[in-house]
Amino acid sequence: MTDAVVAQGLTKYYGSGDRAVRALDGLDLRVEEGTVVGLLGPNGAGKTTTIKVLTTLLVPDAGSAHVLGQDVLAHPAAVRRTIGVSGQYAAVDEYLTGFENLDMVGRLYHLGARAARERARELLEQFDLADAADRQVKGYSGGMRRRLDLAGALVARPPVLFLDEPTTGLDPRSRLGMWGVITDLVRGGTTLLLTTQYLEEADQLADRIAVIDHGKVIAEGTADDLKDRLGGERVEVVVTHDDDLGRAREVLSGVGVGEAVVDARSRRLTVPVTGGAGVLVEVVRRLDDAAIAVSDLALRRPTLDDVFLTLTGHAPAEDDEADADAHDPATSRTEAR
Amino acid sequence: MSTFTRAASDAATVTRRNLIKIRRVPDLLVFTTLQPIMFVLLFAYVFGGAIGTQGTGVDYKEFLIAGIFAQTVVFGSTFTGYSIAEDLQKGFIDRFRTLPMSPSAMLFGRTLSDVFNNVISLVVMGLSGLVVGWRIRGSALDALGGALVLLVFAYAISWVMALVGLLVRTPEVVNNASFIVIFPMTFIANTFVNPETLPGPLRTFAYWNPVSSVTQAARELFGNTNPDFPPPDVWSLQHPVLYSLIWSALVLAVFVPLAVRQYQRTTSR
Repeated sequence: MTDAVVAQGLTKYYGSGDRAVRALDGLDLRVEEGTVVGLLGPNGAGKTTTIKVLTTLLVPDAGSAHVLGQDVLAHPAAVRRTIGVSGQYAAVDEYLTGFENLDMVGRLYHLGARAARERARELLEQFDLADAADRQVKGYSGGMRRRLDLAGALVARPPVLFLDEPTTGLDPRSRLGMWGVITDLVRGGTTLLLTTQYLEEADQLADRIAVIDHGKVIAEGTADDLKDRLGGERVEVVVTHDDDLGRAREVLSGVGVGEAVVDARSRRLTVPVTGGAGVLVEVVRRLDDAAIAVSDLALRRPTLDDVFLTLTGHAPAEDDEADADAHDPATSRTEAR
Repeated sequence: MSTFTRAASDAATVTRRNLIKIRRVPDLLVFTTLQPIMFVLLFAYVFGGAIGTQGTGVDYKEFLIAGIFAQTVVFGSTFTGYSIAEDLQKGFIDRFRTLPMSPSAMLFGRTLSDVFNNVISLVVMGLSGLVVGWRIRGSALDALGGALVLLVFAYAISWVMALVGLLVRTPEVVNNASFIVIFPMTFIANTFVNPETLPGPLRTFAYWNPVSSVTQAARELFGNTNPDFPPPDVWSLQHPVLYSLIWSALVLAVFVPLAVRQYQRTTSR
């Protein structure tokens, strides 16, 4: 297998002088042909900047990038012929109809007028937008816009696809729909690099996951690799009395596969476990034996927060990311919608 | 397809998109046309009586129309910057820039569709001018030439605005920023008053201001001048058509490459 996407030592600063913010800090990344890689990280980690560099939108300060062997920096025009891109928010024209949007993109890919029309109709059908095809996009729901935007990225049947947070801002139902669409897509052999803030999403869609923090990849592997390092599910307990925290910690550490983490302020304890619901029963029994009053108890899957806690020892930082966020449309745009 | 025909076809595709938007959002067109009507009426009836012939030998309403035409098409060009900043903000330029399309097509498509806006404005203003008593006193061909000088100059200015839109990035700021430049530019000129009445430095500015020459060119080609009252003895106003076209060509020569270059490195934030 060859690598469809290769990024080496990507470095990018926004701004200059003392106020420069380092968005990418020597990022290395590979996407094997025909596979899906999920770039997982919090806001401001450098996900969007990475996508922008790889899709010829942004020139990095250092490093190199290749897509299907073509140098992104030296031959951006050649790279554009082989990629499809769907940004963080739907870049579709509100005043055009769904059909007109896709038809326009087809023409700009130089498919020819007739082929552009046919391809547009085909995609609208495929993305369940045929009924809305001739309505203006301003009447579309968020999920429909996203699907149309994704369809726009597929007009020329590109062998390599980049999706930047394809489900951010979508309601749970639309998110599931989007996952279905993407899953069908990659079954056809498309190489895909997608970014996400959700471990569950990366888990669902990606063959391999690269965890990114402060502009570099801090862990890389299959979802199972990462989960092994994370210890699968979590039991989360909130005790009623502060005094019980110490004893509860001992109890939980005895049941879990790792040390229990205590958040004293919220009286919350978290411990990685294996064994699912059976473990939960065991936890309840032992806490009860120890006469520890519990106000909340749950079994949950690891989140991005857990990934970061495990890999970096800190929660996804929001501190110095504030500056980077100004350049990363993720936060502002999603909230604005 | 050669590079050129490909670029032309891309620009046509983008132009078509912009024109569809004008059709779908008629409010936009209504207000772009109401504004010049308002200006024609305001100046004709509020200032018309008070200002008189200004020593130009022409009735003020007749003097005024070419000035309003010039002002309106120059203001119209700010729409280019506004729309580009809007496309940038909405991520539309990102989408265009990842397509294998000609890098200049987006900007050519935008500026060309804005010419259409200005043509509509000119027609509406011409009609309202006729209502308040303005007449074309030269040949129809000359009058068409006058309209052409106005449109070519506005087209050049819209490339300046394109660059502003790409640099400023916020549609509202583009509007406000261009306002403080364009307002004086269209007022310190021969648009509404005889520049000879202006104090020293302003007069010199007005003489060499391309808005003045564009206005003068339109006035002459519409036949709204009186041969007994020639324009000030400066080259720019003695050869207004040539001076206007030289300006337009220079602006295009500088700002087309600058805007295209900026477009290729601009991405949404």
